[in-house]
Amino acid sequence: MNLDFSDDQKFLQSEARKFLEKEGAINRSRKVLEDKQNTDIELWNKIVELGWTGIRIPEAYGGLGLGHLELCVLAEELGRFLAPVPFSSSVYLFTEAIIKYADEDVKKEILPKLISGDIVGTLAVTEDLFAPTNSNINTFTDNKKITGKKIAVPDAEIATHSIVVSKSTSGTCLSLVDHSSDTVVINHQDTIDESRGHFVVDYNNSPAVIIGDESHGWDSYENLLNQAAVLFSFEQIGGSQASLDMATNYAKERYAFGRQIGSFQAIKHKLADMYVAITLAKSNSYYAAWALSTESSDLPIASATARVSSTKAYQLCSKENIQTHGGNGFTWEYDCHLYYKRSKLLSVNIGSLPNWKEKLVSSLEKSNTY
Amino acid sequence: MDFNDTPEQAQFRNTCREWLEKNAEPKSKKKREGFADIDFLDVAKEWQKKKYDAGWAMLHWPKEYGGIAASPIERIIWSEEESKFNVPRGIFEIGLGMCGPVMMEYATEEQKERYLPAMAEGKEIWCQLFSEPSAGSDVAGLRSKAVQDGDNWIINGQKVWTSGAHFCDFGILVVRHDPNLEKHKGMTFFFVDMKSPGIEVKPIKQITGGSSFNEVYFTDVVIPDSQRLGAIGDGWKVAITTLMNERLAVGDANGADVKEAFNWAKSQDDCGESLIKNRATRESIADWYCEANGLKNTKLRTMSALSKGETPGPEASITKIVSANKLQDIGNFGIDSLDMAGMLKTEDNEVQSFQNAWLGAPGLRIAGGTDEILKNIISERVLGLPQDKRSDKGMPFKDIPSGN
Repeated sequence: MNLDFSDDQKFLQSEARKFLEKEGAINRSRKVLEDKQNTDIELWNKIVELGWTGIRIPEAYGGLGLGHLELCVLAEELGRFLAPVPFSSSVYLFTEAIIKYADEDVKKEILPKLISGDIVGTLAVTEDLFAPTNSNINTFTDNKKITGKKIAVPDAEIATHSIVVSKSTSGTCLSLVDHSSDTVVINHQDTIDESRGHFVVDYNNSPAVIIGDESHGWDSYENLLNQAAVLFSFEQIGGSQASLDMATNYAKERYAFGRQIGSFQAIKHKLADMYVAITLAKSNSYYAAWALSTESSDLPIASATARVSSTKAYQLCSKENIQTHGGNGFTWEYDCHLYYKRSKLLSVNIGSLPNWKEKLVSSLEKSNTY
Repeated sequence: MDFNDTPEQAQFRNTCREWLEKNAEPKSKKKREGFADIDFLDVAKEWQKKKYDAGWAMLHWPKEYGGIAASPIERIIWSEEESKFNVPRGIFEIGLGMCGPVMMEYATEEQKERYLPAMAEGKEIWCQLFSEPSAGSDVAGLRSKAVQDGDNWIINGQKVWTSGAHFCDFGILVVRHDPNLEKHKGMTFFFVDMKSPGIEVKPIKQITGGSSFNEVYFTDVVIPDSQRLGAIGDGWKVAITTLMNERLAVGDANGADVKEAFNWAKSQDDCGESLIKNRATRESIADWYCEANGLKNTKLRTMSALSKGETPGPEASITKIVSANKLQDIGNFGIDSLDMAGMLKTEDNEVQSFQNAWLGAPGLRIAGGTDEILKNIISERVLGLPQDKRSDKGMPFKDIPSGN
């Protein structure tokens, strides 16, 4: 019985924490948000230098050839420090799509450049003000050209390429598009959390390569989300824990009515609730990490369970961290809002809480769990 | 990460399983499990004796008291395997889980030899006498009196919420020997023969209609000083040892869980459609699934730490808060799904399980530390927050306002 990370993985995690702390990642996140920089390119370049973008890439393409568990521990730290970098878009989604679905030529072309940082990727799916489904995608790929408009695409500006969920003549497919073509037009969209830029991307008869099966792209997309949800869960746990730590410290320092506010049960019970939510999320995410790293058939249920628990935990912890800080928590100056906003960004980025609950129950219905 | 036993653990599991297969019936999926109330005590004692003779009763105890000095992980493996068989459980948990460890730590060698094997064997059953009508969450507010009389102590007062007092042979007892001292300093701890003259046990009727708890009245009950555990005035310290063991012993709430809710929703009508198609139902099932599996996976993390010989983190402290509330919600869901007919008593096992969950869960949210006390413990012991301000700090016990 060993539902825990190895000593090597824990060492990697503590090194990652030291690095992000030294780099002042939280202050960098605030600066990106305030100046609408979309991403912190300097921090991203340092992350590339550390080799984190090549962790999962097989050694044959120059990567480290490690497993998903190493990504999980990094994700927790990136989440804890609100790192303003396109790691989730490029590593959890784009890189995984290439590894899983691209043919050998594309892998040889793309994977080494993801390691060197010459290529940064993102995933483009949403087209309108509601959740994307297999039937409401209009972007069209035909004869190696793609046309259509995607909105709320994270990190599209720093991204050199995107994987686009689009229609083909035979169904739904994933299309790889190079942003260097001037037929691809990218514009910033204002958001409620500017610490990671979101963009509208117009593809105007742009060159595109179909990745994987031409007709079952929606299934591939769902599989990618099931994998990525585990990694997002770890980012969410990192952010939840940082919010709880911040609230706990404040509750010890702040005095009201002649004593520490952390001595009032109203505050203590609130923080205990946060601890309970984080513990459930963490345990479910550990199990999902196991399912992901062993390609278990339980992954759809395990990842949805982790995703739902972690989204709930981060939403609770980030909002109650503001509440614990009282009026200070509502100021721009305090960091509470950075976690609150990031919790929302991460919770809608690969599908909202109600949609993941629905996925969980559908997966339970399909399985023979009960 | 893996879910495998080490070779030694696998061998141990095998030994447990072989013995259980020879001596007990595996749980059946179809048949309703359980034992008739009337002979439950006899059946339970018989099973405990069988286990004791083979060394399984208190396997983590030293050999001289009837154990096999098993490691924590071996204890969990045994418990996992035993739970796959239809055997009586529950009667001995308080005695073995709470009274045993206190006797182990504070009784004389002679007393340990006299009482521990008989406790492990199930020949003598023990109960715990802490709570009082005016001392629940604030158990240190207890007022039952102990007055020293030569080599004896004379006990007067009342205890409450004592599980199994009507069939127990011995009990552990904390009482106030000096009301002039501060609340936590004026208490002393004993063990007592439940058949002593002056002890009267009255069952409490619960909201479920059942009676598993009692009131226990003490009128001039004589306890020899040799049955004192710990020094005079150390009662609170000894009680805390017991309560820490209680928090390990009281865990997951038994009863209807997400599996029962899910299967019920698939079979139940909701305005002409299956209830499982209802969006609100689906959201609730997702939430309960995440909680149930969160607890299961938390337990696996605890086991992983034990398996490596490490001390587990504080994660397990969330178990009762989460599971008792989930049980209450699931019971509520099941009853509501029947609409007006949810009121009706029935022979249907599934409906009964929802009604029992709903009626029983309020007790589970209180027993063994209320939700509120457990949250205090998490916030103080895990998060390091300060204690709430106490109005009775430093006051002689007799001057503390009690409202009556």
